[in-house]
Amino acid sequence: MEQFSALLSSANLQWVLIGSLLLGFASGVIGSFVLLKKQSLISDAMAHAALPGVCIVYILFQTKTVPYLLTGAAVTSLIATQSIQTIVKWSRIKTDAAIGITLSVFFGLGIVLLTYIQQNATGNQAGLDSFIFGQAASLVKGDVQLIAAGALCLIILTALFFKEFKISIFDPQFAKGLGLPVTFFNAVLLFLVVAVVVIGIQMVGVVLIAALLITPPISARYWTDQLGWMTMLAGIFGAISGVSGAVLSTAIQNLPTGPIIVLSASVIFLFSLLFGTKKGLLLKGGRNA
Amino acid sequence: MSYTFWILLTGCLVGLTCGITGALLVLRKMAMIADAISHTVLLGIVGAFFVTQSLSGIPMLIGAGIVGILTAVFVEMLHSSGVQSDAAIGIVFTSLFALGVVLISFIGDQVHLDVQHALMGEIAFVPWNTLTINGVSYGPTAVWMLGAVLAVNLILITLFYKEIKMSTFDPQFATLIGVPVMIIHYLLMTMVSLSTVASFDSVGAILVVAMLIVPGATAYLLTDRFFVLLILSGVIGILSAALGYGFAIQWNVSIAGSMAVATGVFFIAAFLFGPKQGVVIKKIRGTTGKKTVQSST
Amino acid sequence: MNALTVSNMSVSYDKQLALENVSFSVPEGSMTGIIGPNGAGKSTLIKSILQLLPTVSGTVEVFKKPLRSQRKIIGYVPQRSEVDWDFPTNALDVVLMGRYNHIGMFKRASKKEVTWAKHCLQRVGMQDYASRQISQLSGGQQQRVFLARAMAQDAKIYFMDEPFAGVDASTEKAIIQLMKEWKNEGKTVLVVHHDLQTVNDYFDHVLLLNKTPIAYGETNRVFTLANLEEAYGGKIAFLQQGPKAAKGST
Repeated sequence: MEQFSALLSSANLQWVLIGSLLLGFASGVIGSFVLLKKQSLISDAMAHAALPGVCIVYILFQTKTVPYLLTGAAVTSLIATQSIQTIVKWSRIKTDAAIGITLSVFFGLGIVLLTYIQQNATGNQAGLDSFIFGQAASLVKGDVQLIAAGALCLIILTALFFKEFKISIFDPQFAKGLGLPVTFFNAVLLFLVVAVVVIGIQMVGVVLIAALLITPPISARYWTDQLGWMTMLAGIFGAISGVSGAVLSTAIQNLPTGPIIVLSASVIFLFSLLFGTKKGLLLKGGRNA
Repeated sequence: MSYTFWILLTGCLVGLTCGITGALLVLRKMAMIADAISHTVLLGIVGAFFVTQSLSGIPMLIGAGIVGILTAVFVEMLHSSGVQSDAAIGIVFTSLFALGVVLISFIGDQVHLDVQHALMGEIAFVPWNTLTINGVSYGPTAVWMLGAVLAVNLILITLFYKEIKMSTFDPQFATLIGVPVMIIHYLLMTMVSLSTVASFDSVGAILVVAMLIVPGATAYLLTDRFFVLLILSGVIGILSAALGYGFAIQWNVSIAGSMAVATGVFFIAAFLFGPKQGVVIKKIRGTTGKKTVQSST
Repeated sequence: MNALTVSNMSVSYDKQLALENVSFSVPEGSMTGIIGPNGAGKSTLIKSILQLLPTVSGTVEVFKKPLRSQRKIIGYVPQRSEVDWDFPTNALDVVLMGRYNHIGMFKRASKKEVTWAKHCLQRVGMQDYASRQISQLSGGQQQRVFLARAMAQDAKIYFMDEPFAGVDASTEKAIIQLMKEWKNEGKTVLVVHHDLQTVNDYFDHVLLLNKTPIAYGETNRVFTLANLEEAYGGKIAFLQQGPKAAKGST
């Protein structure tokens, strides 16, 4: 226990806490819109597709400077999204298979590049594979500050465009009629999703970051029908998952951060599924009885 | 038998088994269920380890089969309680996979099973893990497991060929006329789970997804016949394994990763240059990419 | 004898009642049009009768026996948009699906079954398209393949969900021709229909539906302006002017 409180008081961990809190909140909020657009699994493909981007930047520029790596991640994520749309538009392949193809092939490429780097690296190549599952403990202060600042920006942006997102997702035709640039807001939302995935992969990892976009908003749906409350609650659920994951994985040796964060979110989901006031199972059972 | 031979044979068996089974999932628009199951079987394998304290084939297959079906059941339950199907898939597989990864990190020191292995497999070690009975070696365990699963899958597909086809094309009509649609559904889920876990050792949980989805989707672009599609999908799986292996040896990179990329290469080729469905031929014919109204509903 | 008896059927979607307390009996050999505004639950009714959707309450009897035991005598033509026509198969194969019960598990279709399926294709004028991929058929041709499949079932009672939706004139004629043949053979037919102008020509019985039955009976007695106004809630003048505009599924 002493060890635990000592951990909590360390400056680095405080930053990790702030980072994971803001990241969790941002992904919950943005995930709410992703859920409404029915694009939950597309975000999973985007996350997996971030891996080759990180590797390509490392191979080309021999740098481990995080912002550069993340820029690479963002580029391949966007290419992945575009690929999914192209496949669906130009062939008889349906969206689900297009997502699966993109996700697995990009991730495969990422693994190929990662092993290439490991075989051929001239020195300090370690650490890139922590992008797969995330490792909060190995984050340096600069990384965490980047996550915190980035997440904060995303939260503010979402708050600013809240009304516009709401209308253009719920009824794009109507929004166009109102003169809203729906295409522009779709692009902004896409940017937000890519951004939250990219800043989150260091902590949660490419394999599981999508869970942070999917699970908190669904959990929130069990408590409210109002989009405003839903995004708020999803943000809070995300933040709780982020913080508990970061703390547990730092306190206990060998625990990977990403999976713990995701499990925390899953526990909140189970709780909401059972006890939620809007659609919870117990409530339903009670009503039917 | 040479080292290369066994690795190639393993890869080709993975391609064939996953290719044929996965093609059915692509047609049923359940590609993402394949994705989900290939993640969650990890939990089944870890669970089997907790029960038996070993990593032997049969308990692993059983554990994976159970968790695979549970994945499908959970997704179905969430979906019928009002959660969008893709979000339901997302929640279930990330949760179960995360649980598997966390459990592995507790037992990781005791056995040869770590996260890296779970993700990418280690096909390079396959030839050394041989099936030995009474001191006689009968070749790699993975080959035997894959062969057995392939045989089971082929038998099931042959037996229920009509039922699978009907419940895939028009599930409502199939239900009405008395095809056991739900049984076929879970039969397929079991086949996917078994294929996944048999491939797990060689190519890892995540890259199985590539072998399950991409060859089937590629074949779907090349043929209009159900039977040909299944065969073609298996063949593309084999070719991907071979091409991927060659590339991996050339550049000394992950064999599983290369195989996944190879499936992508075949897909892109079919997508662009397919004789009937290819983008190039569509451009030449002047048809746009836009689909007709009825097929997009 | 009644071919179909539905008693007290209720169906709900997500807590909202889609159908409430539906009861009616269809005499053998009749042609019933199921009519009602969009969202009245017409397709839902057919699917619930066929137990393709879960019902809250109610029973269905086909020729005085529970539906489950009568599968062999029930034919079904679903809405064309409900299946994926990109599915890799050909027209003859789809028609053969209608013979499933006669072929049996683990067996391939015999020559006799294939001949019968070809005969069914011929009766809807599709004999030249037997080996054509279903994605390459026009909407009307796809509808005819579905009709041939239903015919292949050789059922005694047929359910058709919007068979006329989006088909060409010749297909519409083929459908009517087939329905007449069925009637002459003493088969019972229920059709979800939305074109009010043709109701009198096509059906001898009408079920007017708006979540609950407004009226059921012989067309000349039930298909009245008063009943229509009740079912459509006063919008009937508009509908009679342009019934084609009221397309869409329920």
